[in-house]
Order: sequence, then structure tokens, then C-alpha cells
Amino acid sequence: VYRLHGRYHEMAPNVVPMDYTKDPDVKLPMQLIINMPELKENPFKERIVESFSEDGEGSLSFNDFVDMFSVLSEMAPRELKAIYAFKIYDFNTDNFICKADLEKTLNKLTREELTAEEITLVCEKVIEEADMDGDGKLGFADFENMISKAPDFLRYYVKK
Amino acid sequence: KWMKFQRDFENFKTACIPWEMKIKEIESHFGSSVASYFIFLRWMYGINMILFGLTFGLVMVPEALMGKPYGSLPRKTVPRAEEATAMNFATLWDFSGFAQYSVLFYGYYNNQRTIGWLKFRMPLSYFLVGVGSIGYSFMIVTRTMAKNANDDGGGDDTSFNFSWKMFTSWDYLIGNPETADNKFASITTSFKEAIVEEQESRKEENIHLTRFLRVLANFLALCTLAGSGYLIFFVVRRSQQFALEGLENYGWWERNEVNTVMSLLGMFCPTLFDVISSLENYHPRIALRWQLGRIFALFLGNLYTFIIALMDEINLKASYFLSFTLEEEKIVKYNMTIWEASLYNGTIPENSTAPPIQVDPADVPRGPCWETMVGQEFVRLTVSDMMTTYITILIGDFLRAVFVRFFNYCWCWDLEYGFPSYSEFDISGNVLGLIFNQGMIWMGSFYAPCLPAINVFRLHTSMYLQCWAVMCCNVPQERVFKASRSNNFYMAMLLFILFLSTLPAVYTIVSIPPSFDCGPFSGKTRMFEVISETLEHDFPSWFGKVFGYASNPGLILPFILLMVLSLYYLNATSKSYKEANLELKKKLQSVRIEN
Repeated sequence: VYRLHGRYHEMAPNVVPMDYTKDPDVKLPMQLIINMPELKENPFKERIVESFSEDGEGSLSFNDFVDMFSVLSEMAPRELKAIYAFKIYDFNTDNFICKADLEKTLNKLTREELTAEEITLVCEKVIEEADMDGDGKLGFADFENMISKAPDFLRYYVKK
Repeated sequence: KWMKFQRDFENFKTACIPWEMKIKEIESHFGSSVASYFIFLRWMYGINMILFGLTFGLVMVPEALMGKPYGSLPRKTVPRAEEATAMNFATLWDFSGFAQYSVLFYGYYNNQRTIGWLKFRMPLSYFLVGVGSIGYSFMIVTRTMAKNANDDGGGDDTSFNFSWKMFTSWDYLIGNPETADNKFASITTSFKEAIVEEQESRKEENIHLTRFLRVLANFLALCTLAGSGYLIFFVVRRSQQFALEGLENYGWWERNEVNTVMSLLGMFCPTLFDVISSLENYHPRIALRWQLGRIFALFLGNLYTFIIALMDEINLKASYFLSFTLEEEKIVKYNMTIWEASLYNGTIPENSTAPPIQVDPADVPRGPCWETMVGQEFVRLTVSDMMTTYITILIGDFLRAVFVRFFNYCWCWDLEYGFPSYSEFDISGNVLGLIFNQGMIWMGSFYAPCLPAINVFRLHTSMYLQCWAVMCCNVPQERVFKASRSNNFYMAMLLFILFLSTLPAVYTIVSIPPSFDCGPFSGKTRMFEVISETLEHDFPSWFGKVFGYASNPGLILPFILLMVLSLYYLNATSKSYKEANLELKKKLQSVRIEN
């Protein structure tokens, strides 16, 4: 935690106090966070920061910051990671991953290299494969079910 | 902490594999089928390294260190007549001169039974290395085929295919922009590949039309093959006639007709096959296999008709040739005794108690050495093949890309989308080139121990050159498809070529007497006699007896029968296992669907 505090402090030395005993109310804006080297190349950096921030706008207090790194670390249990992964991919925060969310995810992943036809095809296939309750979008249960069988999930969702 | 250590170790292991980064980069931009060519190239490099190790360590180095040095024996010295040009670059490039009379070729080796203080048995080692490299190659190709067959049984029809690609492919640990670029490219390619698979499985087939078109396409391909075979035959016959009438009467075309026709066929027929295959409407991976198979048949057919036509020619000269060699042997031996006699001032000594007169070995008359000539031909062929490939890459890909890029501004139509455009990476052509090249190495390495070394060098440079050329001058294909996880198709072709190329060497070992004046087997009537000689001298006598009994046909035939039966049994059991596997998989799927 001490190291994390050091990193947090580095990002905005004039704002973040070294002393947290008085529990100050300091928040760092999103722009600073997404420029961190660990997050810089990540296509989902904005979503990651948004899903951990309390006010939903993307500013992280130190607690949120610690939360983010603890979920992304190796120690976090798989279910916790699945919860936060679902939040990250849910772009319109309606607690369902609908087709529009899928399209946005795909575009971010491929940097918009695929044609519209290909995008529709992939999104349809995803819904076909993972939607168990048949409502045309992925609820958390569907997502959890699908992720729990994936071999690569843990490997890629880990940060040190 | 333990997990961290494990991760680091995995990273280290991957970093140790040569060229892994390059190949991953190519895979992310061009797809796994192009990358499979480079993986194949790397595997061949490994095999050639081992062959090089065998020939270098067990044949060339002992001879260089412990054999008689250059200039001590007639067979090891450049003849007086050639001495003036022996060091010229042109002669060396042609592998004559000093290169010919060195450890690089068969003719240099002495037939002394043991050399040096270690009593290293040179002829035996030469023979065993030759046989051993072929045996090793067979073993490793078959082993790789078996391993790939195991992998293949897994099958890649997992459920949640697309979902996993979407949600779990990004690696959250990436912090480097270049790595991120590669990762984006590889994700995109992976999606495209999966999309192609999906489209292929959804295609509605009008079965009758497709079947008709495929039959038509195969018929056209057969016609092309037959046509090219006949053309080669016709042209070779004509060139024989020209040769009979004397080549001086004809111009350049007639003299080089055969070579030009073969090269032209090699250039145009594959394109023709490409056009034909568009009729067939196969999955791209299967289309690639048909293309490979047809081009393979084309080259084999050409080679076969060429050899048949040559055989007629050789048969005319064959008996003449054989008797000529025997005659020439006698003549040369006679000449040598006469020459020695002239040294002894006219009297042919009855016994050889007179002290031998020191003669410079360069002046001794030589006998013919066909093995070295064959070895030289192979080496020249390999070198010229290498040069041709490099120049084709430079001109065909690089200059074309430069031309398209820079002249696009001042040209009437859009060069990048229209006619020349950037070239795609020609997988089938390159794979076949690699396989045929390896076939030549296998054929020639018995006569020229330097061939694996040359090939190692060639593969090394070719890897770098082609990686660079692919990334810089080629564009990915329109429809990127996933290579089948096993490379068994390439392996099967390689095995076939290996079998074909060992036939000439085996034939010469068993039937043709070695040259009497050069090489480690000179003086014997057949090359494999070195084995029987070793058995007599070096092993205890009971060993020889046991071997004699074992080589009795009465024992060998039942042994062969037993092997055939066990092959059949193993094949049957493996089939039943595969079927059981499929049944279990189906059951799993139905259980999963129920839930």
C-alpha cells in the first residue's frame, strides 16, 4: 500500500498530501490516471478508471486507486475480477452488456479495422454463444458462466 | 512469489527460442498460415544444424586434423595442369580448384583404414554418417508427423469461441506501444480468421453445381499437367536431335530450349492453377492444399519426363560409359606403371625393392572421380538456387513495392489497387522451394560433406531476408485463414521427397563400384564392403557369425511380415481410439447444452 501511495503521490505532488491521518478528500482526475504507464496502452483505460471511481465520472480518490490495483493484482479472487470485468465492458452502465456495448468493445479491441458487416457478425455470434436466458443481451450470470470456462482469463487480467 | 518466478521462467523459455519474436510479429500482421511457413523454415534449420554437426564433426574435422595434409597424396593435390587457375575467384565460385581438392568433397578422403593416433576409422565413419543422416531425417520427420497427429485430434470447435476472443484477448500487462501495436494487429487478424471460419461454415452450397465445377476444375488441372509433361518430353527429344547434329548449327534458343521451357512452365502453370482453383470454391486452407498438391505434381511430372527422356540418351551411352570407365581405369593404371618406369630409367621393376623416388603429387596422372563431379553439381545447383531465390525476392517483391509506392503519384490508374499492387506472400511456392531444396541436400550430402554447412548458412540468411521482405513489401491476403494446427501436409511431402532422394544414393552404394583413385572407398568393389571389413577386423569372431545368421533371408522375411502385421494392428487401434474420443466429445456437448 505504501508503494501505491508513492505512485499516487507522484502523479500530482502538489495535490496529494503525504499524510493521510486526517482523511482528506482528495481526488485525482481521469486524465492523470490514464497517463500512467501501466494503463497507457490499454484500450479500455477510460472504462477501467470509470468503473472504479465512486462518483462515476472517473476521478479516483486514494481508496478507489487502491481498490483498482488490488482487483487487478494476482491476489484477487476470480469472482471479483469477473465482477469488475463485467463493469468495464458495460459501456452504458445498465448492468447488461447489450449489442451496442459489444460493438464498442470490438471497435476498441481492433482499433476499428473491421468492416461493419464483420462487426455485426461477431456481435451476433457472441450473443448467440453466451446468452443463456435468451434476452438478447448478456447479464452478469451469462458473463460469469462464459468467463469461468475461459482458460486465458486469469492470465491476462493480472497486474503487478 | 512462486507464481512470479514461474511467469519469469516461462518468459525466459520463450525468449530462448530463436526468432520467436519475429515470427510472432509476422503472425500478428499476416495470419497463422504465413507464420506456419516460417515455423517450418525454423524446424528445417534445426534439422540441418544436426546434419551439419554430424558431417562436420565426424567426417570433415577428423580428416582435416588427423588425415594426411594437403599435398601429400595425389588425390589431395590440385593437378599441375590446373594449378595456375586454382586460386581464382571464378574457379573457387565454381567449386573447382582448391575447393575441389579439400575436405569439402568426396574425392579428398583417403581410403586408409584408420588415421591418426586415435585410430579413427575414416571410411567407416564416412559411410555411417551418410547412412545415419538419412536415417535420422526419416526418424525425425516421422516423429514430427506422429506428434502433430496427436495435436490434431483436439479439434478446434470450442464453444464460446467469439466471446473469449472478445473479452479475454487483451493482455492487461502491455505497457509498450510497439507491443500494443502488434497486439492490436494480432487481435484483428484473429477475429478475421474466426470470421472466415464462420462464413465458410455458413455457406449454402448448391451441391450439384459445386460438384460439377470441382470435377471440371480437376479435369482442367489434369489437362495442364499432361500438356506440360508432353511438352517437356517433346523438347528434350528435339534437343537430343540437335546434339546429334552438332550444336554449332543452332542459335541460343535451340541450345537452351529445355531449360527455358522448364522455367517458363514453372512460372506460368502455378498461376493457371490459381485461376482454376477459383472455380472450386473451397475453404482457403483446403484450396491451399490442392494448390500445393498440383504444383508438386507439376514439378514431379516434369522431372519424371525429363529423366525418362534422358534415360534413353544415357542408355545409349551407358554400356559405352561403363566399359569406358573400366577401359579408362586400365589405361590410367597402365599409364601410371609406364610413368613410374620412366622414372626408374626405362626398366619396369620386377619387385618394388628399389627406393621410391620422390615425386611431387601434383604431377601424378589422375583417374576419373565421378563422385566428386556429382557432389560439385549438387553444390553448384544449391548455390544457384539460393542466388535465384534471393534475386527473385529482391526484384519481385522489393522493387515492385518501391515502384508501386513511388510511381503511384504519376500513373494513370491506381497502382496500389489495380494491376501490380503489392505482392502477397506466396506460401505454396516458398514451401515447395524449401522442400525441393532439402531433397537436393539429402541427395548430395553423401558426395559432398560440405552441403549441410552450405544449407545451414542459406537457411539462416534466408530467414532474415524473408522476414524483412514480408514485413516490408508484402500485404496480407484478402481472406486471412488459420493454418491447420498440424503441419502434416508439409511433413508428408517432405517424407516423400526424402524417400525419392535417398534412392539414387542407395543405388550407387549398392550397385556401382567406387572410383579407384579417389574417396574413402577406393579400391573396394562396392562401398558397403567397408561394413563387412569392419566386422571382420574389429569385432570378435562370434559377432560376425551372428550377423551372418541374422542376414539370412529365412529370418528377414518373417521379420518383415511381423512388422507389417503390427503396423496394421496399431492403425486399427488408433482408429478405434479416435472414434471413442469423438463419441465422448459429443456426449459432453449434449450435457452442456442441457444445462
